[in-house]
Amino acid sequence: MIIKNAEVVVGGGVKKADIRIEEGKIAEIAPSMEGDGVDCTGLTVLPGLIDMHVHLRDPGFEKKEDILSGSRAAVKGGFTQICCMPNTKPVTDNKVVVSYIKNRAREVNLCKVHPIGAITEGQQGNNLAAIGGMKAAGAVAISEDGKSVPSTKIMANAMQYAADFGLKCLCHCEDSSLVDGGVVHEGYYSTLTGLKGSIRAAEDIIIAREILLAESLSLPVHICHVSTYSGVQLIREAKARGVQVTAETCPHYFTLTDEVIASFDTNTKVNPPIREERDRLAIIEGLKDGTLDCIVTDHAPHHEDDKNVEYALAAFGISGLETSFALSYTQLVRGGVLTLPELAAKMSANPAQILGLEGGAVAVGASADLTIVDLNEKWTVDPAQFVSKGKNTPFAGREVYGKVRYTIVDGDIKYNS
Amino acid sequence: MLKHKDVLGLYELDAEEIDEILTVGMSMKKLLRQNIKKLPHLQGKSVTTLFYENSTRTRCSFELAAKYMGAHVVNIAASSSSVQKGETLVDTGKTLDAMKNDVIVIRHPMGGAPMLLARTVKAHVVNAGDGMNEHPSQALLDMLTMRENLGSLKGLTVAILGDIRHSRVAKSNLFGLRKMGATVRMFAPRTLMPTDIDKMGAVVCRSREEAVEGADVVMGLRIQLERQHAGNFPSLGEYAKFYGVNEEVMKYAKPGALVMHPGPVNRGVELTSGLIDGDTSRIEEQVLSGIAVRMAILFLLTKEEI
Repeated sequence: MIIKNAEVVVGGGVKKADIRIEEGKIAEIAPSMEGDGVDCTGLTVLPGLIDMHVHLRDPGFEKKEDILSGSRAAVKGGFTQICCMPNTKPVTDNKVVVSYIKNRAREVNLCKVHPIGAITEGQQGNNLAAIGGMKAAGAVAISEDGKSVPSTKIMANAMQYAADFGLKCLCHCEDSSLVDGGVVHEGYYSTLTGLKGSIRAAEDIIIAREILLAESLSLPVHICHVSTYSGVQLIREAKARGVQVTAETCPHYFTLTDEVIASFDTNTKVNPPIREERDRLAIIEGLKDGTLDCIVTDHAPHHEDDKNVEYALAAFGISGLETSFALSYTQLVRGGVLTLPELAAKMSANPAQILGLEGGAVAVGASADLTIVDLNEKWTVDPAQFVSKGKNTPFAGREVYGKVRYTIVDGDIKYNS
Repeated sequence: MLKHKDVLGLYELDAEEIDEILTVGMSMKKLLRQNIKKLPHLQGKSVTTLFYENSTRTRCSFELAAKYMGAHVVNIAASSSSVQKGETLVDTGKTLDAMKNDVIVIRHPMGGAPMLLARTVKAHVVNAGDGMNEHPSQALLDMLTMRENLGSLKGLTVAILGDIRHSRVAKSNLFGLRKMGATVRMFAPRTLMPTDIDKMGAVVCRSREEAVEGADVVMGLRIQLERQHAGNFPSLGEYAKFYGVNEEVMKYAKPGALVMHPGPVNRGVELTSGLIDGDTSRIEEQVLSGIAVRMAILFLLTKEEI
């Protein structure tokens, strides 16, 4: 197969090229090639997008999402590889669940799915999960996502033990005693709505803790879904003094502010919460200066039953796979913050590098994982059109640019529109 | 005529609507003073009180308000646990709607619950207190009491002291009083003061005296023992000593300033007994204002259909 007449993000720039794919690999990139192929005039080829923070809900919560529906949503969103968090039922804390996810994803055969194992058994914060066994079965990292490991000592042990197996800890940062049942950011809008807020320090204290552990132990650590300006600053300072810390954020943190909670729309309920303009601007700055390495969705699909209730009772989370690229492109590239190759790095090369995955570049010899987009197409987010089971998005009705046309995994077209 | 289907909070009512409720409420209060308790305004209407939180005074007040105007009244006391495990609020609302209720009066421990119900049902929804969000009928009865005693709300200075952070009463009063041209001062331990309340127009004070200085009305808010257990202050005794309103503090207020409290009062904590039982206390009068203003709300909401 030849991809013809496309603009290609390659080697840090964008150039017009044809791409020849043979046996699932990129065989040649050249200005113009003979032969039949897919005409991509007007379209742009990106390295296959990678989302290192997704909840597939399978096993256990298939009413919200399963590996099939989640994978469909992923390829519709342009993702060729996704990493799924372990807060399943049973918890992904052993090789059996890791193998189930890998096997099921292979049957589904859409995008590549990499399980992330739990840090502790049952995510209970006590005994370490079977980290070695999970690694052998295919886990690419460990995380307690949804909460932090309460004991600093257990967390330190986890970082060290995981490092023996070449795995990083991906840290959801939340001091639960300080959050104390808070459901939104503490500020003007929490007071206005009377919804219980939690202050930035509830996130920052654990960000600082994980950074200091990594620094003391000379080990790497990755900070999940940063939402505070002060968290960005903690990571920036740590990087400057040589700590091996990487970090991610999500489209909702650089697109929305907590004003959206005023309507009590439970689709705005997410953890960590959407914060203030000051935080939004700092996250954009952090993406620009490299403090924040990648953009993830924290795709957290929920059934309508979990959201059509009182705000305090509603589930946390946003269904993000199908809007992530367009929101990021619209906000960051059209907004003049990042170049297209820089955005591609945040959504492909950087997560690949952090987790040691293949991919992240359009290069001869690499797997033909490609995302082909129409950057000029303007469209309106409509949750009814989502293929994810989770229709929970605060972006309904928003106009965005950038539509995924083809998602190609190992040379096979897994999605086209 | 109210511009909304529901009365969810004073944040969304405008000055004209508030004025109308207070004016009608004043007429109702005059009738009540004459012991007239058989009015035709709600004849043939059904009012359901749906309380997910314990309440005696507010529920009784709404019930009597509806009954004095001839409505059929059903009281549902849903335990807090049923919020977690039982029928969802949306489904309960649909059921009450199907029973042809005209008005649902809801109290709920979670902010925004009345809005969810209002979006779900055709019936008029009245918020009788939702979490830390709003308690509009309480603020309206406070404002009715102030207006009756002081003539006009415009230009008044109202000092609110107590657990403001967890108080839906403080917020509804702030929104309402500001719209009617009053100044609202607030004072509380820092642990019980909500973030950015000053950006909503409150004058946040650093001492009792500063809050009360020259005030026309001094309102205490209930301090719940559970706030002490959550570590917001060391003890009720210490609260009373450093934050409570007593006769010494009241000397800073305008002579004859009204003492108010939404109740129930912790005697000697928010206010001393001397103030509660004193000449300038309007705490009992607030109770009658409550029925009157709730009659006005129920009447104005259902009026168009009569």
